[in-house]
Amino acid sequence: MNNSKLPPTSKGLFNSPQNRAIIFQVLSLAVVVLCIFYFVNNMFDNVAKRGITTGFSFLGETAGFGISQSLIPYDDTSSTFLDVFIVGLLNTILVGVIGIVLASIIGLMVGVGRLSSNYLVAKLSLVYIETFRNIPILLQILFWYNVVLAALPSPRQSISYFDSIFINNRGFIMPDPIFESGSGFILVAFLLACISVVFLAKWATKRHDLTGEEFPLVKVALAIIVLAPLLVFFITGQPISAEYPALKGFNFKGGITIIPELLALIFALSIYTATYIAEAVRAGIEAVPPGQKEAAKSLGLKDHVILRKVVLPQALRVIIPPVINQYLNLVKNSSLATAIGYPEVVTLFSGTTLNQVGQAIEIILMTMAVYLVFSIVISLLLNWVNAKMEIKGR
Amino acid sequence: MKVTKIALILGLASTLPHLVNAATLEQVTKKGVLNCGVSTGIPGFSATDSKGVWKGIDVDFCRSVAAAVLGDASKVKFIPLTAKERFTALQSGEIDVLARSSTWTATRDTSLGLNFAGVNYYDGQGFLINKDLGVTSAKELDGASFCIQAGTTTELNLTDYFKSNNMEYKAVTFDTSGQTIDAFKKGRCDAVTSDASQLYGLKIKLDNPNSAMVLPEIISKEPLGPVVRQGDDEWFNVVRWTMFATLEAEELGVTASNVDKQLKSANPSVKRLLGVSGKAGENLGLKSDWAYQIVKQVGNYEEMFENNVGKNSPLNIDRGINNLWNQGGLMYAMPIR
Repeated sequence: MNNSKLPPTSKGLFNSPQNRAIIFQVLSLAVVVLCIFYFVNNMFDNVAKRGITTGFSFLGETAGFGISQSLIPYDDTSSTFLDVFIVGLLNTILVGVIGIVLASIIGLMVGVGRLSSNYLVAKLSLVYIETFRNIPILLQILFWYNVVLAALPSPRQSISYFDSIFINNRGFIMPDPIFESGSGFILVAFLLACISVVFLAKWATKRHDLTGEEFPLVKVALAIIVLAPLLVFFITGQPISAEYPALKGFNFKGGITIIPELLALIFALSIYTATYIAEAVRAGIEAVPPGQKEAAKSLGLKDHVILRKVVLPQALRVIIPPVINQYLNLVKNSSLATAIGYPEVVTLFSGTTLNQVGQAIEIILMTMAVYLVFSIVISLLLNWVNAKMEIKGR
Repeated sequence: MKVTKIALILGLASTLPHLVNAATLEQVTKKGVLNCGVSTGIPGFSATDSKGVWKGIDVDFCRSVAAAVLGDASKVKFIPLTAKERFTALQSGEIDVLARSSTWTATRDTSLGLNFAGVNYYDGQGFLINKDLGVTSAKELDGASFCIQAGTTTELNLTDYFKSNNMEYKAVTFDTSGQTIDAFKKGRCDAVTSDASQLYGLKIKLDNPNSAMVLPEIISKEPLGPVVRQGDDEWFNVVRWTMFATLEAEELGVTASNVDKQLKSANPSVKRLLGVSGKAGENLGLKSDWAYQIVKQVGNYEEMFENNVGKNSPLNIDRGINNLWNQGGLMYAMPIR
């Protein structure tokens, strides 16, 4: 405040603007705290008078209902409501992570495509953006769910590939890998390969700085990461086998099943969010002064090199802030899964669990906390990336 | 200025009456309309017809309460609720009474701040399957996928049943019964499980109702009935005795068509029911003709049952255990005297 720099007209506790500011801040804070205290107190008072159970002890009780997809072991007769919460949380994270990765890839491609000199590519990107951006996300989720379900056959008429991957209206069913003794070496080899790639990258950058020669880093890195574990796999005598799914009774037993609800949700979320990311990418690219591209071109660089090494790094600074919002939206929109029954945190916890135990206040608070934490983590992460990308004064 | 404003709001807020134990009867009378929580669409219980009019046994129950309290069965605002919304809506005062085929369980009765006013339909959980599955008993459903509605006792019973029979199942849960049956139609699951009465209702919604069948097994007891908030005994009495009045009317042979004639009946029980003698209505805090209005405008229990789920309806469900106690059923009204 500028006021604080003015000299006080007369001495006294209330005459100094600084003191006054502090006093009012403290008073306001006290009133806010009192308000919150009053409302919370009132709420618990009402809840107690109505004989509604409160507290978090319900988390330890047995849930007793089935869940169609769980990343951790879940048993409907012995798992607790806390397990249900964790299952829902992990399922939300799964959708969030896959959705963000896919939306970023599609968004980047479409955003670049939108500015392509190829008429067809540019117009197709435009149509894609305008179509999917203007349809409400809930409708898209329902659309994809119905399309996915309608297109797939019943378990007994499954589409099958190599007798190990089966596709039907219960999901995509594929072999489940079984790790036998010795498979640890493969993991070690994989980790070593990753570490060596990091060093290789450093060496390549250094060499590039010194000599200006390009090193085919991506190709070599891929080769190392794939080949090294593969080599170890054969040396140690193929310790990874697979449990193959087999049709038994009504459905396939064994293997990993990707349920259609997950597919529909990821399709809808990533396709929808990608339109916004594409627009951000376009804005970012257009924000790079044309002189940069012209300068790069005059150096004889190829188009894709210009895009990758000159335009995108500068565009990223413009792209990242709006993209943070889109990532947050994607995670929050995943709660619409409740419309198609994908078991994420809202469906499972503030839906089914709430109805089974009836403790709305605790459950809604926990669900809100989940999204708050997700949002904070995503924005912190991306703000950090953003800070790294900023132009540094030298 | 801001501080004084906040203080003012705070002061005003503290003078607001606590909503707890508020006299629902008084509020409903003052509003002149009953807020009744019903399902989002279960044929026979509560669903809208092609003209948008609510029909069903639960809907008729709401109308009975309105007839008893307000003297006009049409003064009901129906509030459709999903299974997982229903109890919160009642707890928070959004609805005055919940008539949404809710199962009376110990947990719900004791820990949710709710009271079950009685049972207006004795049900049990069953299975609806596609005939081409070639299954004739629930015992053959090992490994099957089920479409269920989230947040119901159905979900829990299914687990118990499969566990006790050493079988496995997969659950796909949805918010509304509409979504559940849609998913079943598209083949997302092998069977639907729900209260047997609802399954008959869902079956007639199928494109080809004959392609599906309800299996003979009933795996649970599902006593369904109206629910009110705990701590308002006056309102609890009104709702409970509204139900008894419909049963008593059936037992005494008082119907919508003969109720006017019955006013002159010499039978002391009929006289007490219709408010010709006794003070049943006054004691409930209602008018003396409360039960007359129910029967006149909505009908007795038999009429509600047969018109909505029984032989005069597409569901054609047998009275079975929902018959009166003296007809071999479980329906028993406490004497109005």
